[in-house]
Amino acid sequence: MDREAGAGERGAALVDVRGLAVRYGAISAVHGVDLQVHAGEAVAIIGPNGAGKTSLLSAMAGIVRPAAGSIEIGGRPAASIPLPEMVRQGVALVPEGRNIFGSLTVMENLRLGATVRRDDGVAAEIERVVETFPVLGERRNQPAGQLSGGEQQMLAIARAMLSRPRLLMLDEPSLGLAPVIVDRVYELIRTIRAQGVAILLVEQNAERAFAVAERACIMSHGAFTLTGTPPEIRQSGAFDAAYFGVAMEAVP
Amino acid sequence: MSEQIVQTLVDAISVGGLYALTALGIGLIFGVMRLINFAHAQLIMAAGYAVLVFSTQSVVLAIAGALAAAVVLALLVERAAFRPLRSADPAMLLIASFAVSFFLEKAMIVVVGSRPKGVDFLPGLARQIEVAGVRLQMLQLVTIAVCLVLLAATTWFLRSTRLGLEMRAAAENFRMAEVLGVRADRVIATAFAISALLAGAVACLFVAQTGLVQPRMGLQLVIIAFVGTVIGGLGSLPGSALGGFLVGAVTILLQALLPPDLRLFREAFLFVAVAAVLVVRPQGLIPAPGMKERI
Repeated sequence: MDREAGAGERGAALVDVRGLAVRYGAISAVHGVDLQVHAGEAVAIIGPNGAGKTSLLSAMAGIVRPAAGSIEIGGRPAASIPLPEMVRQGVALVPEGRNIFGSLTVMENLRLGATVRRDDGVAAEIERVVETFPVLGERRNQPAGQLSGGEQQMLAIARAMLSRPRLLMLDEPSLGLAPVIVDRVYELIRTIRAQGVAILLVEQNAERAFAVAERACIMSHGAFTLTGTPPEIRQSGAFDAAYFGVAMEAVP
Repeated sequence: MSEQIVQTLVDAISVGGLYALTALGIGLIFGVMRLINFAHAQLIMAAGYAVLVFSTQSVVLAIAGALAAAVVLALLVERAAFRPLRSADPAMLLIASFAVSFFLEKAMIVVVGSRPKGVDFLPGLARQIEVAGVRLQMLQLVTIAVCLVLLAATTWFLRSTRLGLEMRAAAENFRMAEVLGVRADRVIATAFAISALLAGAVACLFVAQTGLVQPRMGLQLVIIAFVGTVIGGLGSLPGSALGGFLVGAVTILLQALLPPDLRLFREAFLFVAVAAVLVVRPQGLIPAPGMKERI
């Protein structure tokens, strides 16, 4: 097996993707992608619009079926795990566009985040969440659809965390948000990271992602074109080519 | 004169209540599955026949039998017909619901024949009582009370229980609910069971009112109630109940208010009103929040 160095110390990968391909009809969205995320690790997938990032994440979350390759979640083939069981395997997803339940209250959205839990700690944990985000506390009984975009993103992340995941997958958490708000969202992601939760972050903005991730994969036209630690990627000088999927010579 | 007005209003409210319960049953299934379940009519029919079978023994048994028959049939239909089609598009689900509806109705005709059968259910409620000097039929008051209790109970279930919360989330965005761990089978089966309980209650009240059961019973109720869910706001539960109530109540009021030679055409007037509502509010009176599948 071509496990990367260090994998042995960390134990088996939380998510192990090999030779993944995703197709929509004749259109190939993802091909030949290998990716492992280990416990406590933060990995970023960086690329422009249409690079296949969301397709990759959707396949990993069990929302779309891969056309080829394998995905293992906690050592089990992802294809054998129905969508609602994925979060019970410790994998939580914050999808693009947040997908909060706009007609339900802030509180109800948070409670749904703990759907998979049967312990008594949920109520206390929700109280801690609303203390951390006073705006969610103030508007706990209002429909979540009335929150601003940034507040909805905070709610979506807080909701996902209530399932107590080992891996949190975030799809473009900064999309459509003002820079000040994005700072706060990333502050939250760093806090979660510090708690030892593994993070798989999909992002267009490389600098944002580099600030959180210890490993990054640049994605372009459905494949990884460059992987490494953020310093390695910066020093390689190949970032632009990898990101935009053009040969360096072609760039004037 | 004023007695007549009150009597007509009570009549309108009780009939409106029956349609509200029927529309709510249809709306619950539409909410979680995007399925317009015309087989709801056969749930009412099955419950009606259970009343026929058990009413000679005891009222309690007849009601319990009606509710049980509707729930069992609903769960069977969900398992056998709709679960395999869950990812099919809404048009196919609609056709499947017609197929199930016709199949059950015709199967019942094969088994029991198409002639209506008389049932003497809850005869004690047929008498009139005097309330504040106005003579009212006991059954209509009971109908109104039962409708209010069931609307309140359904609301309580949806608002205050874990499963109810999961159902509302699934109704707004099924995929996201699943991503959070909500199990589709459980939520959908629960929706069918509640929908069937409402159908069973409607059947009991309807049989007590008409004194008849027949294989075609329920169809008229379901079609008119479906119109109610559309004007109320397809996918919105308060909208369904309100729309169903309005359609039922307006039908009775038209019957009372139209000149005698126009009463024959009351449905025409009703549907003109429905069309007018849809022109002004195409999404219904109380539009549904998440009428789209996302992620």
